[in-house]
Amino acid sequence: MPTYRPGPVSLVIAALVALFLLMPLLAVIPVSLTPSRMLAMPSGELSLRHYRALIEDPRWIDSILLSIRIGVASSAFSTVLALCFSLGVWMFQPRFTAALVGFVLLPMVVPPVVSAITLYFLLTSVSGMSSFFGYDTWLGVAMAHSVMTVPFATVLILVSLSQLDRRIDLAARGLGASVWERATRIIMPNIKFGIVTAALLSFVLSWEEIGVTLFITSVNAITLPRLMWMGLRDNIDPAIAALSVILIIITVLVLAVRSVVTRQRAGH
Amino acid sequence: MRGVLSDRMGAALLMAPLLLFLILAYAWPFLGVVKWSFTLPTPGLGQYQALLTDDLVQSVFIRTLRIAAIVTVVSVAAAYAITVVWVRGSPAQRLIAEFCILVPFWISVLTRAFGWVALLSNRGLINTWLQSIGFISEPLTLVRNEFGVVVGMTHFLIPFAVFPLASAMRSLDDRVLLAARGLGSSRMRTFWTVFVPMTRSGIIGSALIVFVFSLGFFVTPAILGGGRSVMIAELIYLRIFQSPDWGLGAAISVVLVLFVGALMALLFRYVKPKQLI
Repeated sequence: MPTYRPGPVSLVIAALVALFLLMPLLAVIPVSLTPSRMLAMPSGELSLRHYRALIEDPRWIDSILLSIRIGVASSAFSTVLALCFSLGVWMFQPRFTAALVGFVLLPMVVPPVVSAITLYFLLTSVSGMSSFFGYDTWLGVAMAHSVMTVPFATVLILVSLSQLDRRIDLAARGLGASVWERATRIIMPNIKFGIVTAALLSFVLSWEEIGVTLFITSVNAITLPRLMWMGLRDNIDPAIAALSVILIIITVLVLAVRSVVTRQRAGH
Repeated sequence: MRGVLSDRMGAALLMAPLLLFLILAYAWPFLGVVKWSFTLPTPGLGQYQALLTDDLVQSVFIRTLRIAAIVTVVSVAAAYAITVVWVRGSPAQRLIAEFCILVPFWISVLTRAFGWVALLSNRGLINTWLQSIGFISEPLTLVRNEFGVVVGMTHFLIPFAVFPLASAMRSLDDRVLLAARGLGSSRMRTFWTVFVPMTRSGIIGSALIVFVFSLGFFVTPAILGGGRSVMIAELIYLRIFQSPDWGLGAAISVVLVLFVGALMALLFRYVKPKQLI
């Protein structure tokens, strides 16, 4: 228990910061209920037309399905790669580990716009060789997203490995378990929470990725954030407000569930 | 001997797929971008000379540094205030603070930028309200300028500034604070002369993270700046897609990477990577 508590001045300033953080999230609620076709505050009557537009306009459905497909593919790919890599690091502790991990983390620390131009170069080069894997294709986007999410997956799995007791692996090894058995029957069951978290985070990062996606898509691979971007740049479409409200509600629910689950895990 | 060999084989087999993937899909194309910066449109150092002489590029660089500096100071100060409550408040206060930090953190950058457009635009919440109470007659220009960019970026970056600060505040020894209070120091004085100096590594880490992030920021300035307050990342985008000048876009990217790399090296001299999580 900390003995040093924030005083009234700290509490007031913190409350103002909290208000600042929540304000734009609350502001989208009235906008989503406006009967107007343009961005405006509702005056008097409310309408659900922008929520209906999300269901009725096939562009929104298509982009949501595409984003899910890309998210699942890139999350699976980057989690598997990150898991193998992390197992190699943890089980064998090879030389130059620090440098290799540093290299893997690069896409996380390099400014996103530089990664974007890099992946643009990659996909336009690949386009020449294959028509379904390059620029503006869903596989190309999934590959680019994997580059961006794999450092995060690696960090999460390495962190959960670092909390694992090495002696259980040593015991398995001493009893004659092969590398494969140690990995799949000893280590992985003990870090499954970390693996699941890595897969979920990779999916979420891909689902909301926009910086790189803008550089590598034009007309075919329109993911949900890409469609929102188009609606924000030209005439601001209030359907984005309706979509934002739904996304905010989902986020709040997931965080609430997560906080209950972590509390229960801590309780046991 | 056989053991050593199979260990090496095992490590190589497990680690190779990811390393190969990133070499092919990241390192190689990055070298391609570097090559663009030296070869497009004509081979030579022309693009780097242009960076030093072009007025537009210069003004964008200066604007980027200015915005990044303002955003860093405001975000770290705001993050400090809410982190104190998150780490040291009563259980109820902690829960509320955590909610206010994590909910925006998990919501996409587009939704958050859009929320600010809804608040700040001419027909947005703030202008509608100020006009309805008769405080102003013409809407204030709060967005599509540098003000909007600073507000949106600060909002985005506060949660990132919180984590290093929280880690510094958690590892702080309570007995020192108790000693200061016991020796008769006031609440304010204890805070400014004991608490803040002891979280210095967190402040440096948090400021550098926010500054580095703001340098390469793209989405928020593009939406809230409305093309009028272009930052360096948006300039790269425009040079690639609108006035095709790939060489210049590539050269700016290379300079940005070098600059950020130097800042990161500085960061790791002051704080250990573990203190940032």
